[in-house]
Amino acid sequence: MKLPAQLRPVLRNPQFVAGVILLLVVLFSALGADMIAPKSFEEMDIPSSLAPPSRQYPLGTDHYGRCIFSRVVYGSRIALRVGLIVVTIETVIGVSLGLLAGYYGGRVDRVISFVTDLTWALPPIVLALAIVTALGPSLNNVVIAIALVSWAGYSRLIRSKAQSLKNMPYVEAARALGESDFSIMFRYILPNTYGLIIVLATLSVPAAILSTTALSFLGLGSQPPAPDWGVILNEGIAYMHSAPWISIFPGLALVCTALGFNLLGEGLRDLLDPRMKV
Amino acid sequence: MQSRDASDLVVLDRAQKHFVITKGLIRRSHRAIRAVDDVSLSIHRGETFGLVGESGSGKTTLARLIPRLTRLTGGRVSFDGRDIDTVGGSELTRIRRRMGIVFQDPASSLSPRATVRGSVIRPLQLQGAGAREAAGRLLETVELVNLGPELLERYPHQLSGGQQQRASIARAIILRPELLILDEPTSALDVSVQAQILNLLLELQREFGLTYLFITHNLSVVRYMSDRIGVMYLGKLVEVGPAAELYARPLHPYTAALLSASPPQTPRLRQRRKFALAGDPPSLIDPPAGCHLHPRCAFTRDICRQERPALRAIGLARFVACHFAEQLALQVGD
Repeated sequence: MKLPAQLRPVLRNPQFVAGVILLLVVLFSALGADMIAPKSFEEMDIPSSLAPPSRQYPLGTDHYGRCIFSRVVYGSRIALRVGLIVVTIETVIGVSLGLLAGYYGGRVDRVISFVTDLTWALPPIVLALAIVTALGPSLNNVVIAIALVSWAGYSRLIRSKAQSLKNMPYVEAARALGESDFSIMFRYILPNTYGLIIVLATLSVPAAILSTTALSFLGLGSQPPAPDWGVILNEGIAYMHSAPWISIFPGLALVCTALGFNLLGEGLRDLLDPRMKV
Repeated sequence: MQSRDASDLVVLDRAQKHFVITKGLIRRSHRAIRAVDDVSLSIHRGETFGLVGESGSGKTTLARLIPRLTRLTGGRVSFDGRDIDTVGGSELTRIRRRMGIVFQDPASSLSPRATVRGSVIRPLQLQGAGAREAAGRLLETVELVNLGPELLERYPHQLSGGQQQRASIARAIILRPELLILDEPTSALDVSVQAQILNLLLELQREFGLTYLFITHNLSVVRYMSDRIGVMYLGKLVEVGPAAELYARPLHPYTAALLSASPPQTPRLRQRRKFALAGDPPSLIDPPAGCHLHPRCAFTRDICRQERPALRAIGLARFVACHFAEQLALQVGD
């Protein structure tokens, strides 16, 4: 196998390596939460409420005496799941619309681009707020709302890529052979956008996680006692001065996860397309 | 106008492709780029028709009209008697399968995400051939174009330019078409590979009785390949004739200028007569009135500025669009 030779540029890319390490930590805590967390995320210990970090409670406790470390560790499951689901939905919507707009052009393009510009013009959080208010507060509704308002980037990117690819000689050749439009879009154009999609999807995960956490923080997403980082942060603000560890650690976890995906995405972009390096 | 008979595989009758540009939001102005303007020609079965002209003269657009990769804006194009512009979808597909196309840039002619096998065998799959039959035909075709079967599992970026072009040719001939449209098939290749590809094309033509539309701006290549040659300038066909005659005695000043601009084949020819054109080719949006060549031509008279010369027959096989074709003696010397 040629793997070692191909791995060399990967290992020489410090951003990529740092991103992978951060994400491995997050992934590890999400998958192994049951073994890593010393307590259940909802087990209360009222006598030791608001306790600072100690041997028994590595990151301290909240006002119900729940173990912050355990809650943060379990929270990574929610964060990752939300990130992946949102990104999957927005990728499917954005990529399909972008392909249609870029390939067909004309009226199809004008309609799709108008809708894309509309969602782009509205602040996503506000739009998501409106959708969640209509559907009722719950994590699932937040996920749907965020996905529905944030596919515009994909649609625009894939549209412009499809516009340039549809004039490539191999697409002309395919048309001359009698390939259907559907087949040209999915067999000839889409595969040549995978690199872009992977990079954009990776870079969109932190935005998705941050938006859902923000909505949970506002009380519209996950409901207590779920160990959603947004929920923990929300509960922590009341004790910001007396027990800052309640908000600091879920905040740090959030930053690390977002940073990990950003570094991974930037690293991937450099690795997949060396020309884009600035 | 040229005669039309059963030996013609492709006939263009006053074919036109104008691209409309709309400018301005309030005071809209529509202007047309006349990429192909009133071109009439016929390609006989089994011949190689060479189409030459400088960049932007409309050669490629003309080629794209034949498989209807772009729609006509006027005139007619027919293939084996069928009007290309009016046939329905399934009929069009059937006609397209009787043509193959090879493009200029071999690197972008094959999908980067498909193996050579995938690209070359695809036409058979689309036609609904069985897997075993397709595999047999694939090997046969790959051998015809001298592409080693070990290259089948490679991706285009793992091949040399010549190998990529052989794969493109294999894809173009795997359905055993009657017409091959060759759009500058060798201009992206280096000279030794160019010669191999040209000889391969000649062999294939002999073996299958193929008809070629061979587009190029390389005059020595087109002479080597073609039975008849058409010369295009600013979207118009200015001269058509048998290759040898056209080279020996060009009738149109533009043809003469093209010929004297190509490098001499022998040192003796350095002393040949030169027909230089003044200035650069004008814009296709706003071509000169009268004969398109008049601002650049050394033989311009008043009539050239006013009246556009039509393509007319001179002798049995030659056609030219010049008012003074008979008077000008344009031998370049060869």
